[in-house]
Amino acid sequence: MNDIIMSARDIRKSYNVGTENELEILHGIDLDVHKGEFVSIVGSSGSGKSTFMNILGLLDRPTSGAYTLNSIDVSKSTDDELSHIRNREIGFVFQTYNLIPRTSAIKNVELPMLYARVPERERRERAEMLLELVGMKERMHHTPDELSGGQKQRVAIARSLVNHPSMILADEPTGALDSATGRIVMDLFHKLHKENGITIVLITHSNELAEETERVVTLKDGHIITERAGLRYAG
Amino acid sequence: MLVENIKLCLTGLMANKIRTFLTMLGIIIGIAAMIAIMTVSDAMNSSVMNSMGSMGADKIEVFIMQKGYDESTSREMKTKDYFTDEMLDDLKQTFGNRISGIALSKDIGSSRIEKGKSYANIQLKGLNPTALKSENLSMLKGRSITEKDEETLSKIALVSDKYVEKIFGGDEKAALGSEIEVLVDNKYYTYTIVGVYQYIDSGMSAGFSQNDISTNVYIPFAVAKMQVEKGDLYDEFSLKAGEGTDPDTLCFEVQNYINTKYYEDNDAYESYAYSMKAQLKQMNSMLSTQKNAFMAIGAIALLVGGIGVMNIMIVSITERTREIGTRKALGATNNDIRLQFIIEAMVICLLGGIIGIITGLLFGMAATKVMGYQGTASVAGILACVLFSMAFGLFFGYYPANKAAKMNPIEALRYE
Repeated sequence: MNDIIMSARDIRKSYNVGTENELEILHGIDLDVHKGEFVSIVGSSGSGKSTFMNILGLLDRPTSGAYTLNSIDVSKSTDDELSHIRNREIGFVFQTYNLIPRTSAIKNVELPMLYARVPERERRERAEMLLELVGMKERMHHTPDELSGGQKQRVAIARSLVNHPSMILADEPTGALDSATGRIVMDLFHKLHKENGITIVLITHSNELAEETERVVTLKDGHIITERAGLRYAG
Repeated sequence: MLVENIKLCLTGLMANKIRTFLTMLGIIIGIAAMIAIMTVSDAMNSSVMNSMGSMGADKIEVFIMQKGYDESTSREMKTKDYFTDEMLDDLKQTFGNRISGIALSKDIGSSRIEKGKSYANIQLKGLNPTALKSENLSMLKGRSITEKDEETLSKIALVSDKYVEKIFGGDEKAALGSEIEVLVDNKYYTYTIVGVYQYIDSGMSAGFSQNDISTNVYIPFAVAKMQVEKGDLYDEFSLKAGEGTDPDTLCFEVQNYINTKYYEDNDAYESYAYSMKAQLKQMNSMLSTQKNAFMAIGAIALLVGGIGVMNIMIVSITERTREIGTRKALGATNNDIRLQFIIEAMVICLLGGIIGIITGLLFGMAATKVMGYQGTASVAGILACVLFSMAFGLFFGYYPANKAAKMNPIEALRYE
């Protein structure tokens, strides 16, 4: 299928390689994500999902295995190349929002475009457009400490979309929010997925959230144990 | 990207005004000290050099000195110990056109001329034509002293515009032709004023109030000679080296010649000559040594400031670990991060440097004013300070910036 946007083959990750206490965390994971898919990776702590997410997000390299993102084989990329690929192909949404402090919402949204060397006017226009999409246009000149958690997360989602990434990688995006606000953020993801055809990989420990997604991949002890459609996915 | 980084950095610095200012303080003090020192010492230097240079680098001073430092040979000067006109004529003949002129002067004394409530302090001096010429007077009114005045022993005098201002209320016309009566050692001397020259502050009168500055009244040398005791005996004279003659060599030869011919048998005194050129050189090196010593102190202050910047940068980077992790996740390369923090350090140092330059100039100018010198800002010095502070930013920013650039994004993102 040529609409596979992300493909991981036999991904293994070990720590302390070559020493007595070598420890393998991921034992050969295979995962494909199709364009426009909303996938969740679920697992309890210690299941290896954080490690797997770091590899999917190109923040870490697998010890072995092949990883292709938007037809780019990233296994042999240099650190600088990985930075560029992260910049263009992956939109990060973090549990703790990770907006740059003392910097306005719009400047935060513009940041990935800054690293992509997008001209200033284009940056501004696109940032405004995306802030409007997430319903934060009125507050675009506010700094993060003037925004509520949900508002921050919406700004962060706008930021993740600016460089037209292949996929959004959302790491516990509702983890720091109360359930009502968390609901708003999840609805936003569903809207982006349905209306804008955005590919989303959601990493969570919550089965409840995972069941809303198109496909649920369950990780345990460094293996994928189940892979099935979400029970409450409203496709 | 560079512009963006600078903008970003400025907003960051503005958001943290107090910390930014404290970080800059070391640089401000260091640069201010350097600039102030430079301004003051340049002013001192050029003032001293000007006043010495105006006397002429081709000038050689000759005077009488005690032989050795032995107390037993020490005694009062007698007639035979002095330079005489015969000796000077001999010198002229022997050295021919290697000596272009011999300057002689007689200090008659100082006095205060009063008129109504105002007064003028004066020094009465007899100068021969060569000596007068090397004073480089610029005549404002009337004439100077001529050879003929020397021959005819005219009792005439040149006064300064300052004198005219005090005694004649600035009316130079009224001054010309009027008489000046000077009381020195209970004797009255009377001269007719024939010329007014422009007084130039040599910087040597620092500390005197404008009212008390003493200016010279010049009279013909031949007249002065007659009016003082031992008028034809000199304890010093100066000569000018002729065209193409090295003053240092001439100085050495003249001293040797006089000592061999006239002071070989003298039990207590001999001549000593020094050239202004050598003096200038010595003065120059002394002043620059002094300046360097002060600059070194300023440099230490600057160094401490720079270390302060590095310290704050390291703290700031630790504080912003999460931000760095985020930036990396969003696609910043190591170079982007390094550049960001180097620019931040350089901007801090540059701003500190600029504030320091302004402060230093203010202090330096104020100090030179108090000391009575002409203070000028050294453009080269300022440029050097600007470049220096940027280089400091680069130097002290590099280590912390590099530390930030090399952070592992995963650990940085997880940092609490």
